[in-house]
Amino acid sequence: MFRTALRNVLAHKARLLMTVLAVMLGVAFVSGTLVFTDTIGDAFKKSSAKSYENVSIAVKPGFAARSTGTAGQDERPQLTQRQLDTVRALPGAASATGSVSGFTAVADKDGKLIGNGWSTRGGNYSAGKDGTDSRYALTDGRAPQKPEEVAVDSKTADRADLQVGDTVRMSVNGPVMHQTVTGVFDTDDGNVAAGGSLVLFDTATAQKLFAKPGQYDEIDVRAAPGTSQAVLKAEAEKALPEGTEIVTGQKLADEEAAQISQAMSGLNTGLLVFAGIALFVGIFIIANTFTMLVAQRTKELALMRAVGASRRQVTRSVLIEAFVVGLTAAVVGLVTGIGIAVGMRSLLGTTGATMPDGPLVVAPGTIMASLVVGVAVTMLAAWLPARRASRIAPVAAMSSVHAPATTRSLVLRNTLGALLTGAGIALVLAGVGMGMDSGKLPLGAGGGLLLIGVFVLTPLLSRPVIAAAGPLLRPFGVTGKLARQNSVRNPRRTAATASALMIGLTLITGLTVIATSVQKGIDRIAADSIKADYTISMVNRVNGLSPEVAKTLSGLGDVTASSPMREAWIELGGGDHPVTGVNTRSIAQLVNLDFTSGSIGGLGGTTVVVDDKTAKDGGWKVGDALPTVYDDKARGTLTVGGIYQGNNILNGVLVDTATLDPHLSKISDTQVMVKTADGASAATKDAIEKALGDNPAIKVQDKADISNEAGGMISMMLNMLYGLLAMAVIVAVLGVINTLAMSVFERSHEIGMLRAIGLDRRDVKRMVRFESLLISLFGAVLGIGLGVFLGWAAGRLIAGGMDTYTMVLPWDRIAIFLGGAAVVGVLAALWPARRAARLNMLSAIKAE
Amino acid sequence: MTPTGTTSRTSMVAARATDLSKVYGEGETRVVALDGVSVEFRRAEYTAIMGPSGSGKSTLMHCMAGLDSVSAGSARIGETELASLKDKQLTQLRRDKIGFIFQAFNLLPTLTAAENITLPMDIAGRKADQQWLAQVIATVGLADRLSHRPNQLSGGQQQRVAVARALASKPEIIFADEPTGNLDSRSGAEILGFLRNSVRELGQTIVMVTHDPVAASYADRVIFLADGRVVDELHDPTSDGVLERMKRFDAKGRTS
Repeated sequence: MFRTALRNVLAHKARLLMTVLAVMLGVAFVSGTLVFTDTIGDAFKKSSAKSYENVSIAVKPGFAARSTGTAGQDERPQLTQRQLDTVRALPGAASATGSVSGFTAVADKDGKLIGNGWSTRGGNYSAGKDGTDSRYALTDGRAPQKPEEVAVDSKTADRADLQVGDTVRMSVNGPVMHQTVTGVFDTDDGNVAAGGSLVLFDTATAQKLFAKPGQYDEIDVRAAPGTSQAVLKAEAEKALPEGTEIVTGQKLADEEAAQISQAMSGLNTGLLVFAGIALFVGIFIIANTFTMLVAQRTKELALMRAVGASRRQVTRSVLIEAFVVGLTAAVVGLVTGIGIAVGMRSLLGTTGATMPDGPLVVAPGTIMASLVVGVAVTMLAAWLPARRASRIAPVAAMSSVHAPATTRSLVLRNTLGALLTGAGIALVLAGVGMGMDSGKLPLGAGGGLLLIGVFVLTPLLSRPVIAAAGPLLRPFGVTGKLARQNSVRNPRRTAATASALMIGLTLITGLTVIATSVQKGIDRIAADSIKADYTISMVNRVNGLSPEVAKTLSGLGDVTASSPMREAWIELGGGDHPVTGVNTRSIAQLVNLDFTSGSIGGLGGTTVVVDDKTAKDGGWKVGDALPTVYDDKARGTLTVGGIYQGNNILNGVLVDTATLDPHLSKISDTQVMVKTADGASAATKDAIEKALGDNPAIKVQDKADISNEAGGMISMMLNMLYGLLAMAVIVAVLGVINTLAMSVFERSHEIGMLRAIGLDRRDVKRMVRFESLLISLFGAVLGIGLGVFLGWAAGRLIAGGMDTYTMVLPWDRIAIFLGGAAVVGVLAALWPARRAARLNMLSAIKAE
Repeated sequence: MTPTGTTSRTSMVAARATDLSKVYGEGETRVVALDGVSVEFRRAEYTAIMGPSGSGKSTLMHCMAGLDSVSAGSARIGETELASLKDKQLTQLRRDKIGFIFQAFNLLPTLTAAENITLPMDIAGRKADQQWLAQVIATVGLADRLSHRPNQLSGGQQQRVAVARALASKPEIIFADEPTGNLDSRSGAEILGFLRNSVRELGQTIVMVTHDPVAASYADRVIFLADGRVVDELHDPTSDGVLERMKRFDAKGRTS
């Protein structure tokens, strides 16, 4: 039996090629994902282990009992010079380095920020006994020694074209600084690896900028030879005050490695989901191919049954064939996947994301997973056709036509499909009714059921949908008519082929609908709730602006209204609440607030306004007096003057800055909103930026910038998803090619006859092409329909958390998808159509 | 051997082969299927081509009908030299001037009987002559089966649809390749009767390849092929006469 199966595989090489390709693509994606994440993760781990190589223990200040307010970080007790000296004097310590660091924005030659604002850092160059800092190897120049001197990392120096002696503009928190570059250094700092920048000041300057003079936020200690990390840690614990956090370098490296693993596993899961989709789509094609192979071999199999092969043997021979095909495909896929992983890494490298170098990691688990997935998927897909093969009656060997599919099985199939579809729709609608949190699960499950239900129903749907396309084909006369009839001749096969395309397009359309609608919602937030012309904030949005910024802006001639958004936490009515200090005179001109009760007019002094959600949670009404404990423990009372509808821009408790400021130890604003006399214009923006000293750490954004910033993320994510889903579409294209090749093969007699009685080659090609177009567009129409429905349903859930969400049908994109499906159809038909046109008429019309 | 009737005017000839040769393969696998065949098929005549298997009778038909290329010599339909035509022109010639009846696979399963009959005209984008169509359909007795699909028709009915299709476009010549090969004798006789009537009553020209002496007896003339050459010819044959002639091939085959 095995030999027969093997011979069959070899006899149908060309025909099985599509199957192999389909499985291969899926497996390649799986193995590529695993190898890529393993490799990157391993490299990151090695790099972090390396960066802790010189750290035997790290000493950090203990956290305060409760950190309150945004300024909490600054209030953290710091490590003192005395403590550094103590640690240095420990018998087990070879050396100790005190470090301070913080956000530092560096401008390139055009005044633009280098990096993304998240990983732009500044630190101190701490020279040891030998006059160098072992953490940073200077490649050029010397270490910074004076307040106006800095060293920059080599990657940043390359990017900004900085050389020793150049002046560079930067900002830490407030004013713009003009520093002289005295040195360039290499580092394996994680922030730099992630595309950020690192500048080093001399220790005294860094302490002044990031902490307080004479204080450090971390002390890294290197153990003397022969002293273990644990012993050193014990020594340090004794010498330092209680509450100081002391961690061994090993633990730090382990923690970082664990963090990296976690981050990687998220990426891994995401990519594997797409691999799963590709494989799922692949299942249809494999099942399709094996169904066709079995159908073609009806006589052969019947003959085997007639000469005494048992049902089980027939089933097994088909399954063995599937095993061989699956294994071959999986091996090829594994190798391709490793190639993909290498490609992905270098691709990421060229886009500017810097990845640590490391060897390619092909874990045994990856190999196992790839092989198992490839073989299992193929055998699973071949199982039904194999069973069907075993049911072929021996008498079929004698009859010349194979029996058409019985209508009964389609009736069963349609009933099942209708039930699944109905259940799917019901679940989706139920999910929509349940709201964001509890609705997610039924929506997802319903979406899956619906997809399967429609897949089961596609043979039924194919006739009416394709018949509807009839009028479009009428101008093409008999060719169009034949193509239309051919495409519904084997509804199951057409359905399986179209379904593969349907799944990909459902996901693509659904995601596009959601993304477009969310984008629209974001635009509306910016348009509806912001009245200010400009919003000014720090580039990383985490650090606050110094109050000087708000002051400077309010003094500008053009500015008609401005208000800071001063974030703080206060205890209000018995619970901690985030409050926003605003300029009560201007706030109404800067943001749009809809009051459900009370009004903005009440805001000022000890009267505050709160958003509806906070009011509801606290059970507050207008006029309620709330006992208040400020950050500095001062007590008071705040009265609710109005309740407004919170939105994504502004929510929580709004309070007069004048009331808030006296209680804050350090004032910092998340943003400042500004309205100008002439409205937003390039000149106004320039004026504002100039007034702020062209500070690289501060960004000035108009409404469009704000929606683009959020929207940019969405469109980037969408493009990535498109790229990944393209996999599923490629697999689907293979399916279309496969089906057409089969159709052409099965109808060779017919095509030969048509050629003989006068259909020329061009018409034969056109006939196959139309058939391909019809199948592709059928799948696309179903997929787009489903995608719009699921996108609508998911959108209802999102709308629960985003008031401005509006369902938008991206017609232009939908048109592109349909056009794409048409192109897919035409491309997929290229080879089968050529084959059909070149068919040897004589062999085709000969009887048998 | 030169067939009789060389004196007849060319306009009386529907198709003509002159020194027609067809060679397959090269070197050791070289097979001469036709070896300098010269033959004329006259208008309104029913010609049967006979011969043992491998004699080249099917090849002759394929070459004459523009289904296969010619190695040497000339094949003409009317005054048109087939060798000079490109594939597209050849296809048009088959569509407009030639009718075909094959042993099997004559019909498209997705089309009704009526649609199958008008298929060549539909391909050409021509309107069928409705009166003529009705007459043809009535002749083959398919009036009540027109909306049926091929799988709803018996084998005999399917071949009658094929005959109707061949006749419907009024071709200059009809080539039939073992048209009764798959039929029982009663259905076969019906088909052969239709073909003979179309020659007698409608003036159609028919060339039929067959190995059945009974089928050949319906023809006006029988041409015998052996080893790629025309070896004999009978006029107004009877099935016994044809059988006798065929037996001589068998005897020759056994003794040589």
